[in-house]
Amino acid sequence: MKTKKTPLYSLHKFHGAKFVQFAGYEMPIQYKTGIIEEHNLTRSKSGIFDVSHMGQLFIKGEKELTKDLEKIFPIDLLNLQINQSKYSFLMKDNGGIYDDLIITKLEDGFMIILNAACKDNDLRILNLKLGNKYDLKLSNDMSLIAIQGPDAINILEKLVPKISILKFMQGNKFKYHGKQLYITRSGYTGEDGFEVSIPNVIVEIFTKNLIELGSNLVGLGARDTLRLEAGLCLYGHDINEETSPIEANLKWAISKNRIDTEFLGSETIKKQIVEGVKKLRVGIKPESRVIARETTKIFDEQNNEIGKITSGTFGPSVQSSVAMGYVGNAFSKINTKIFLEVRGKKYPANICNLPFYKKSYVKGAINE
Amino acid sequence: MSNIKFSKEHEWIKVDDEIATIGITKHATEMLGDVVFVELPKKGSLVEKGGNVGVVESTKAASDVYTPISGEVVESNQSIIDDPSKINSDPENEGWFFKLKIRDKSEIDALMNKEEYDKFAKESSN
Repeated sequence: MKTKKTPLYSLHKFHGAKFVQFAGYEMPIQYKTGIIEEHNLTRSKSGIFDVSHMGQLFIKGEKELTKDLEKIFPIDLLNLQINQSKYSFLMKDNGGIYDDLIITKLEDGFMIILNAACKDNDLRILNLKLGNKYDLKLSNDMSLIAIQGPDAINILEKLVPKISILKFMQGNKFKYHGKQLYITRSGYTGEDGFEVSIPNVIVEIFTKNLIELGSNLVGLGARDTLRLEAGLCLYGHDINEETSPIEANLKWAISKNRIDTEFLGSETIKKQIVEGVKKLRVGIKPESRVIARETTKIFDEQNNEIGKITSGTFGPSVQSSVAMGYVGNAFSKINTKIFLEVRGKKYPANICNLPFYKKSYVKGAINE
Repeated sequence: MSNIKFSKEHEWIKVDDEIATIGITKHATEMLGDVVFVELPKKGSLVEKGGNVGVVESTKAASDVYTPISGEVVESNQSIIDDPSKINSDPENEGWFFKLKIRDKSEIDALMNKEEYDKFAKESSN
């Protein structure tokens, strides 16, 4: 299969991007600046992320569509206001996660942002579950740009006036160069920020404008350290078809008034809420600077294997090694001492609260 | 700077009499990216040419550190353990890794000089 490129490919190249293959796309892992500096710029000023590889799915429909989507997703869509977004999952019947996603209610239906590696499978499953009743369109002519960090609001406001009225997890239509954008206040870094759905034909000039106003291109490398510090899951690593939202400690994302109703995976979820689960996703902080990467084995003090790391890196903002992983339920309490086997040696670590880095979202009235 | 030699594993080695100081090259740090963790051989340990003596981890991946010559470790650089960013900012000076008491000087002769290494590094990154 030929690797795909986003419309910003040549701009990335111009800014000295090193590319990696990611979900069939050639994506920048870092620019000349380097991962740590790109991470720090996002936390102290602002960063621009090309996430155009992600799927932007549009489904048109009215109340019947809302009801049909509730049979799939475990969230209260009937009470979701127009332009509000919610985090959710597409689950298997056994509660395993096909994808995690963001659903936004639009005037004429829904927009769903999907992971790049999952989008084609998601579309297939959704068409199957919806019985081909609706028109599902995975957009090819829109790019997706995130601008994140404390300066994001002021920079974006200069290009697109009035975006500052948006609250966290809220979106709206805006105009730029005579074309329509859909902007939500959301992101994947633990910072205040925005995600901009923008026609391919104007994405390069838009991004150049952001750079001219003092923002910085940030690659997938820093995107990973930022989201991990913020305690956010990466699909395919921290969550996958073998983990349920309950095991992943994401029960908060299941609407309370939906727990006793039907959705994909609802039986398993109900059972797991009542009976508990065997493994849980936890935050893990090694006592030294040693980095515990994915698949690192976790041991208890008696040297029994109790779990595995799913993500690990060095957190530039917290200045320590950070990780997430799954451990047996009995070991999931905060401050439980564990050991991580790295290159044959066991390093002490502790179960800790997530996030590692405190979020600074602008909260609105829309949180549950 | 003629007493600095280079290995194919991208280490530099500076010889001062009986003692060799060893680190990784600027080219190596550019390939690695930001270094965030380093593990060095212990003082007093005996290392063999080409042997794995430590680890250097960047935000992206972990790589082994090899020694280009044999000898006894007389010192390792604690300051890069405490602040690995020194390896990126000054790899061929302040970012040195460890010092060896040289066992066999002929091992040094087999290494590359600066010109040869620069050519090698350029070719190997293409």
